[in-house]
Amino acid sequence: MTAREICRLDATETARRIADRDVSAVEVAQAHLDRIAALDGDYNAFLHVDADGALAQAKRVDAGEVSGPLAGVPLALKDVIVTKGVPTTAGSRILEGWVPPYDATIVERMREAGIVVLGKTNMDEFAMGSSTEHSGYGPAHNPWGLDRTPGGSGGGSSAAVAGFLAPLAIGTDTGGSIRQPAAVTGTVGIKPTYGGVSRYGLIAFSSSLDQAGPCARTVLDAALLHEVIGGHDARDSTSIDAAVPHVVEAARSGDVTGMRIGVVKQFAGDGYQPGVSARFDEAVSTLAALGAEVVEVSCPHFDYALAAYYLIAPSEASSNLARYDAMRYGLRVGDDGEASAEAVMAATREAGFGAEVKRRIILGTYALSAGYYDAYYGQAQKVRTLIKRDFESAFEQVDVLVSPTTPTTAFKLGERVDDPLEMYLADLCTIPSNLYGGPAMSVPCGLSDDGLPVGFQVMAPVLADDRLYRVGAALEGALDTVALLDEAWARSTSQTSRA
Amino acid sequence: MAHLASLARISMTDDELDVMAGQLDVILGAVSRVQEVAAADIPPTSHPLPLTNVLRDDAPAPSLRPADALAAAPSAEEQRFRVPRILDEE
Repeated sequence: MTAREICRLDATETARRIADRDVSAVEVAQAHLDRIAALDGDYNAFLHVDADGALAQAKRVDAGEVSGPLAGVPLALKDVIVTKGVPTTAGSRILEGWVPPYDATIVERMREAGIVVLGKTNMDEFAMGSSTEHSGYGPAHNPWGLDRTPGGSGGGSSAAVAGFLAPLAIGTDTGGSIRQPAAVTGTVGIKPTYGGVSRYGLIAFSSSLDQAGPCARTVLDAALLHEVIGGHDARDSTSIDAAVPHVVEAARSGDVTGMRIGVVKQFAGDGYQPGVSARFDEAVSTLAALGAEVVEVSCPHFDYALAAYYLIAPSEASSNLARYDAMRYGLRVGDDGEASAEAVMAATREAGFGAEVKRRIILGTYALSAGYYDAYYGQAQKVRTLIKRDFESAFEQVDVLVSPTTPTTAFKLGERVDDPLEMYLADLCTIPSNLYGGPAMSVPCGLSDDGLPVGFQVMAPVLADDRLYRVGAALEGALDTVALLDEAWARSTSQTSRA
Repeated sequence: MAHLASLARISMTDDELDVMAGQLDVILGAVSRVQEVAAADIPPTSHPLPLTNVLRDDAPAPSLRPADALAAAPSAEEQRFRVPRILDEE
């Protein structure tokens, strides 16, 4: 096989060819490393490439030391997941050069499964953003058009998958950071049930919302990765002690006959790009034609989700990010032997944090401060209860809820970066599932009039992650959405020849 | 704004504070919508899972070696983190 043919394969097929000895895991890793070297100057998807680590793990697979359904498959890891001996920055200058002394649980699990981690991907600083423009290391670029965002915060992971730099990636999703990047790059992204995947070793942004999950080019590939990383972990006290839902079986089935699908009434109308609405409506009709029962469902408090989120997430962030104090690891600025610890902390945080992180820390500090707590943070927590109740009452009538993943296709870099509120709107439809804790998926459903991919969001009850994969696989099969990425491949190939 | 920045331990410049004050006004105006709903009898939700007091067995296990724990320290001395002075002079 040529390097080009190798990179074109999905994860399932890559693993099968390695198991059949058609190609070695080392050849697969090298093909992807070479492609990253040729293309990533354009995408800026990787903050760090770990060629030595990747080839060493590939050799273990070729030697038969590890096996499994994804053994030998390369993966791009979001830089918010800590890796022993491999630099980890969470996209922030305050952690530049930090080499963690331990591995995240999901990194251990992937190693045991024979997955080959190629490197760490670009992201908005501490996962705060929807475009990667808040990365401390420059934005990532969308393979569908280099002047557009690959979404955020996990834009490095989505660009890597859509640009065929890796068939799999890991993202994290606090308000949409897996699903929105998947939507705008024509790829598949899942936020599992909160507590379904261990957060041990995930650098915290908003602890009651953060959840790691799989990114891939096919629904089945994502399901295989989900089963590798999912399941109880005693080192995460919020990990759910229950079996991983049967997501692979659901992805292989794709049967939606008799399934009750609720279209969220609140997520339509003004503000939704016509091409996005058109593809979404067609996908809903497709599901009905496949035997699903479609009804409209009202979730009246979803209209308040964005407001509640932008109080809860910054409040938790202002507390979580207090650990960057210049004392034990990371940047230290202004330690001249005279300055107090407090002055050194303040100078370090001023120098090391970017504008969006500062904005959210200040907002969170305000929302939690004496005199304002009840009106802002306290009230947002009550709205969270109302949103949870909306989900619970909706799931008495339907099996899943659906909506567009994001109101527009990939916007241009620079278009929203100076307008925080406009940027926040990218997560309008994805935030409710984080507040509730249930799983949600973005799966492609076609191209908008502008030629850019549109994402279809499926939301399910807590621990019913398998339903997402059932619906996702049904749409993927009926709409042949994997073929959409031929366009991204063609564009990246012309970019390769230019590079 | 200067008070908030000081509570958050970020020594922002006056220009930064000015820009942020304007942005914060706009953001607070938008998020204060949460005050329109949720009556007093609605309980708050702080977390998606109803978990309390998750404990593990108190079993001894290896921990980080001091050299590994200190490897990323901005400054270390005698197997300890070296930090700027934490007490005022008086």
